[in-house]
Amino acid sequence: MKSLRRNDLVMLGIGIVIFAVLQVLITERIMSSFWQLNVIIIGINVIMAVSLNLINGYTGQFSLGHAGFMAAGAYISVVLTTFFHVPFALALIAGAAGAGFLGFLVGIPTLRLRGDYLAIATIGMSEIIRICIMNIDYVGGAAGFKGIPHNTTFAWVFFIMLFALFFIKNFVNSDGGRACLAIRENEVAAESMGVNTTKYKVMAFTIGAAFAGVAGGLFAHSFYLISPNSFTFMQSFNYLIMVVLGGLGSITGSIAGAFVVTFISAALASWPEFRMIIYALALILLMFYRPQGLFGYMEITDYGPFRKILKKGGRDDG
Amino acid sequence: MEVLQQVLQQLINGISLGSIYALIALGYTMIYGIIKLINFAHGDIYMVGAYIGFFAITQAHLSIVPSLLISFVVTGCLGMVIEKLAYKPLRHAPRISVLITAIGVSFFLEYTSMYFVSPTPRTFPAMFGDVAVSIGGIVINGQQMLILGITAVLMIVLTYIVQKTKTGKAMRAASFDVETAQLMGVDSDRIISYTFGIGSALAAVAGVLVGVYYNSIDPLMGIMPGMKAFVAAVLGGIGILPGAVVGGLILGIVEALVSGFISSTFRDAAAFAILILVLLVRPAGIFGKDVKEKV
Repeated sequence: MKSLRRNDLVMLGIGIVIFAVLQVLITERIMSSFWQLNVIIIGINVIMAVSLNLINGYTGQFSLGHAGFMAAGAYISVVLTTFFHVPFALALIAGAAGAGFLGFLVGIPTLRLRGDYLAIATIGMSEIIRICIMNIDYVGGAAGFKGIPHNTTFAWVFFIMLFALFFIKNFVNSDGGRACLAIRENEVAAESMGVNTTKYKVMAFTIGAAFAGVAGGLFAHSFYLISPNSFTFMQSFNYLIMVVLGGLGSITGSIAGAFVVTFISAALASWPEFRMIIYALALILLMFYRPQGLFGYMEITDYGPFRKILKKGGRDDG
Repeated sequence: MEVLQQVLQQLINGISLGSIYALIALGYTMIYGIIKLINFAHGDIYMVGAYIGFFAITQAHLSIVPSLLISFVVTGCLGMVIEKLAYKPLRHAPRISVLITAIGVSFFLEYTSMYFVSPTPRTFPAMFGDVAVSIGGIVINGQQMLILGITAVLMIVLTYIVQKTKTGKAMRAASFDVETAQLMGVDSDRIISYTFGIGSALAAVAGVLVGVYYNSIDPLMGIMPGMKAFVAAVLGGIGILPGAVVGGLILGIVEALVSGFISSTFRDAAAFAILILVLLVRPAGIFGKDVKEKV
């Protein structure tokens, strides 16, 4: 336990150093505004990827509806900040709570399904959320929601991202997280060992949805306008790709996946006609040659040089 | 009387739309039946089929039936090539890898087509002018007759292939249990390849018919119908051919009724609501049998 805390502190230290470096680059305007926006997007994508990883990678429930929860969180928080002038932090929490509650409601019936059926049901669910938003004139309907205050700064994104990473890491290493891993490995066996599978599946789903809600709030407040079309199931595919690229069941992997995907699509922004073609081919080749993703189940702390810095804590799931 | 007439008219529209969903859903269900893959690229194959038909009509100045045939054959071959290149190497990989590959293939088809044919929608030439039959105030136009006729013919042919030919028998055996079928001497790779071919060819016909029906095609047109056809396949019971047809028709009718009497913006939501309802109430679908999980 002690060494686990020590690890957390070292990681927090590394995080703060990275934050300081990037913040200096931004305030000194060394980084162009294009890359500044992309750094923010990377942070948001990390939150999305790691929360989706909790559902897909750690609990093994194949969800493809993450963009729907993001949309819910985004719209709840922008309505609060724009119409009711609620402080940003409170609006984000409300967005998280709303999206989490939605995840809870959706999770109870749909998590009875397995595999592909769950995937399709979650796509359907997120599309229903999107279409409902599209038909509410109060939030601008299909044209989108305009006049959102520009509240999201790099600091907000970075520290919420750190919080999400630590929260999910600690959840995975808690009793609840162990139960989720057991469900992933074999649901029937887990159930027969006394794991309340429904409870933990819904729990993972709710936590994942809540973080997607926060990410949605951050995303919405970094633009002047959001529209329901930013949250289609293609977007959910995108997050799934980040998770799979990094490695299902690896937090380091989710960070790397979000980073690589956002970076590639930003770097290819000048060749829009080839961007998606290259992206598609990269995806297919990845599945051929490294289907477990960049990190598989491993974390960065499992690798040689880091082992020396960080004394290994109670991770034995492998 | 007025209302009844409207309902009947929407039924006709729904059946036309539903026939198209049914054609796409057949491919989904056949492919899922054999290799348990949700072929996300199937909707994009339908798009490619629509473009091949479009170019056959506008560039080669062919009439509709030869264009349909060309699209049928070329897209069928494309389906087999895609299977060979993208899915066959992953035959023994975890299902999520294959699913992600399917998403990759889907992106690849969408954006490669976008590169070659430009993202702007193309206007399909009007093929029928104003041919229309009116029965008691209910109008069936030429496009709808074409859709219904072609769909009926294709279904009869497909039923014949699946039920009466040796390949069809092998297909049914493989969808029941690939390994056992292999032990009985079925060349499963070949059968899977045929299944992709037939499924893709049917989707291509649906694509051309949609072009004729709505007069407009674009490189991203396959995404939504692809998803909805999957809903149709699940609704009817995945892996079951008549189920896909019935599911497609039900979906088409519900959509037509929702857009006719509630609002067309809720059309897509209705399809997904049906899906979630079916999955909750009867996940095996209308024609499906419950399969108990064994440890």
